[in-house]
Amino acid sequence: MSITIIKAGLFSTVQDTGRKGFQHLGINPNGAMDVLAMQIANLLIQNKADEAVIEFFYPAPVFRFNTAAFIALSGADFVASINDIPVPINHPIFVPENAVLSFTKKQSGHIGYLAIQGGLELNEWMNSYSTNTRAGAGGMEGRALQKDDELKLKASAIQKNSQSQLQVLPWMADTKGLYQTQSLRYLPGNEFSLLNTFSQQFMTNAQFTILADSDRMGYRLKGPALKSKKQIELISSGVTNGTIQLLPSGQCIVLLADHQTTGGYPRIGHIIQSDIPTLVQQSPGTVIRLIPVNMETAEKINTRQGQYLQQLKNACTLQLNAYHRH
Amino acid sequence: MKKTIAHIYALGDQAITIEWSSTISEEVNDQVMHSFHFFQIHPIEGVTDMIPAYSSLTLLYNPTIIRKQAMGGSPFEWLKKKLAALTVAPETVAQETAPIIVPVCYDTSLAPDLVEATQITRCSIEELIALHTSKIYKVYMLGFLPGFAYMASVHQQIQLPRKANPRKLVAAGSVGIAGEQTGIYPIEAPGGWQLIGQTPLKIFDITKEEPCLFKPGNWVKFEAITLEQFHQFNAA
Repeated sequence: MSITIIKAGLFSTVQDTGRKGFQHLGINPNGAMDVLAMQIANLLIQNKADEAVIEFFYPAPVFRFNTAAFIALSGADFVASINDIPVPINHPIFVPENAVLSFTKKQSGHIGYLAIQGGLELNEWMNSYSTNTRAGAGGMEGRALQKDDELKLKASAIQKNSQSQLQVLPWMADTKGLYQTQSLRYLPGNEFSLLNTFSQQFMTNAQFTILADSDRMGYRLKGPALKSKKQIELISSGVTNGTIQLLPSGQCIVLLADHQTTGGYPRIGHIIQSDIPTLVQQSPGTVIRLIPVNMETAEKINTRQGQYLQQLKNACTLQLNAYHRH
Repeated sequence: MKKTIAHIYALGDQAITIEWSSTISEEVNDQVMHSFHFFQIHPIEGVTDMIPAYSSLTLLYNPTIIRKQAMGGSPFEWLKKKLAALTVAPETVAQETAPIIVPVCYDTSLAPDLVEATQITRCSIEELIALHTSKIYKVYMLGFLPGFAYMASVHQQIQLPRKANPRKLVAAGSVGIAGEQTGIYPIEAPGGWQLIGQTPLKIFDITKEEPCLFKPGNWVKFEAITLEQFHQFNAA
């Protein structure tokens, strides 16, 4: 009961919803960049929403299933195929023993997720399966997946019933309502008011390009150099997922899953949590727009997204139960 | 305890920060630690993480859980109100006072910036070591890397500016100075602090149940060891 990594891919790691409760020790949260896609992949196959999944970029990894499995792909569409038969994202899929899952093209999105029913048999580190590559802990030996890695699987229903045919189940998770198609929304940060007039004006409808040296620590944004009214020296304090920091160069970085727990740069804003999945699915070179919202709006959007995810979860459960009864 | 909460602000839509002051002082940091320890003993349901810093405490929260406690109201407003009303009685806080002893080898082979540091400070190596080991430092906060403790304050005479060009790789255990702060690199990492020594102690160990040697609010004392003792330390 395992899968083998035939090709490593660019930066494939095991992630869950992140490591909580240790940021006071400087241990950053890690976790899936797109927590929505991660949860959807799990919900499609009746895993716990926070079960550990494999996160990957393009070029994507190639997997061999050494046992029959029940899986789902979500997030980026890298045009997946199993034994050279194209399979869609956001559908539950029965995979036969010895099947090879590969990806051919970066069609849409930036980060893909593979969830396997039952989950991966790994040891938790500090209450989480997420990989902290800097600490060398969590996930698969604290590192990105390599060629010939064998990841053990926990028992799942399909392994017991040993399905022998590749089968894509007909229903899909409709994720459209979860991602933002227009401008990304941010809450102005504590140091926003320190920006000069031009910079504040710019941020009312900001346009940035995501730079190539963006990674799991943060996405760097290219735009006009933003400046504060006067030189500011800040004392280090907490930062979080989505914090937009203004670097001394005048460029901005949005902190993401592998961010440091504290920072001393001005925090001019924070991407609302609901829009982080949309942001991380944009590839370098993409132009994004940022608009400010207030707390009331941000909280409303979050609640709505939570409800949508709950409905999706219920729908997946209903469909699967009906299928099993059938 | 004097209530001097200056400023409570949103750090995005899932975190809230209490800032007592915009200066570094032991008194202000004591207030941070009191509140941090208070919430460790009396956790707020739905608060998933805390980040105590020099003069602020950040709480990260799950808005869905907080909203239930807020009877459907704004999670941020509910938390803000709760924090504004907070008065922490110092007696509820267990203070750890015994310092953690950290052996440090100040041999130049392990301290790439020591010679430069003597030139900047106009201290001899012996004087610099004596001044660095003379004080008991407070762990004001952790951050930057897993287990990286920001300790202060080093003697005015040996305060050093950050390096103009940060190193691409600093060895694990390296002891550095930046301004009035001193700290130890828990793991190999890039860094810009002036490196004046190295400890053979494991500051961060993923195999331990508590991987970080230091916690916020700890006290630390450095003790000079010889190069021989340094090499024997982990061999023993």
